[in-house]
Amino acid sequence: MKIKIRGVRGSIPTPGSDTAYYGGNTSCVEVSEQEYRLVLDAGSGMRLSNVDGGPGNHRVDILLTHLHLDHIMGLGFFQPLFDPSMEVHIWGPASTTHSLHSRLSRYLSPPLFPVLIRNLPCKLFLHEVNNTRFEIGPFKIESAYVIHPGPTVGYRITGKHSTFTYIPDHEPALGRDGMVDDPNWVSGYTLAEGADLLLHDSQYSSGEYPSKQGWGHSSMEDTLRFAGLAGVKHLLLAHHDPVHTDVQLNGMFESLKSTHRCNFEYELAVEGKEFDLA
Amino acid sequence: MPAQAIEVILNRQLADCLSIPVFITDRKGNLIFYNEPAEEILGKRFEETGEMSVEVWATIFKPLDEEGKPLPPEGLPLVKTLKNCKPYHKIFTIENLKGKKERISVTTYPIMGRGAEFLGAVALFWEIKDE
Repeated sequence: MKIKIRGVRGSIPTPGSDTAYYGGNTSCVEVSEQEYRLVLDAGSGMRLSNVDGGPGNHRVDILLTHLHLDHIMGLGFFQPLFDPSMEVHIWGPASTTHSLHSRLSRYLSPPLFPVLIRNLPCKLFLHEVNNTRFEIGPFKIESAYVIHPGPTVGYRITGKHSTFTYIPDHEPALGRDGMVDDPNWVSGYTLAEGADLLLHDSQYSSGEYPSKQGWGHSSMEDTLRFAGLAGVKHLLLAHHDPVHTDVQLNGMFESLKSTHRCNFEYELAVEGKEFDLA
Repeated sequence: MPAQAIEVILNRQLADCLSIPVFITDRKGNLIFYNEPAEEILGKRFEETGEMSVEVWATIFKPLDEEGKPLPPEGLPLVKTLKNCKPYHKIFTIENLKGKKERISVTTYPIMGRGAEFLGAVALFWEIKDE
């Protein structure tokens, strides 16, 4: 399984020289195995995605964790949606009262976007997910609700030889005393358990987190704890706060490394970086 | 034990922040969490007991009607919520293992998830002082 990071920024794109190293595009990751390709989230990084389809180069599957703007703003600029020969499958959560189609239409319609979802030239298929298991080609996929404002899922993607877990927006430590030690009471645990690679929200430092509690994101320290509890092998800290420059992120990470020794590898997610989990 | 649904986890985290006694059960009525104020009523700490089967924790309280006669289980709000997946409310007296009687107000509600599935129940206890 190959993973390519297309966007690591949280909330809003942050172009500019101050963020050029880690990247300014919002959430998007490509996952490929054999001739099958998945695109996880449709943030502004999706514009850079050169996905040219899966089997026979005529199918692509987009897995949305939730429909906050930073996770869907790239959809309207994803070329396969405008290609009549393409079959595009979008997987994502509905809400209690609105279908996935209805929720996506809020963005893919005027005045926010000039093209109506029904007028997209591709062959479009929408699939609603919740606590679901499904398969796409060689991928066995599990989706489950996680703690974040509004209907939000994380994905556990198992290929032939490895497992990648993707939870870019997540606040498992929400509560009076933070994360509970019992794994059965930790949001997202079953998605992340034993994963070869986990990409997880780590928007804040532990100093910043108290004033942002309940916003749906994690501190780097809580993410390390979550990853340790889940027994992952490799952690990517992602969804970087838009106010954090490369210099600040480097400083935060150095501070983290000096105080946290873990029995797994961890690093800050960088736009453009690739991982081969074979 | 399977991992708890996110809706159940959030109910526990909320209960953990409240100063009123809160009990959370699974679909079958097994007690899966109670907060610190509820520990005062049970006389046991959650860290010590962990989860309790419905058979065990149902024996801790003896519910009584206004005449001091035992209330049948089917008349209790939590039992009705577990059976019908609807909220209920009732005022009655309980006698704990030490024989202490307290008049309490109990409000229960079902935890209905996003997919409208029944995931468990919550009971809020409120001790009624002399009014």
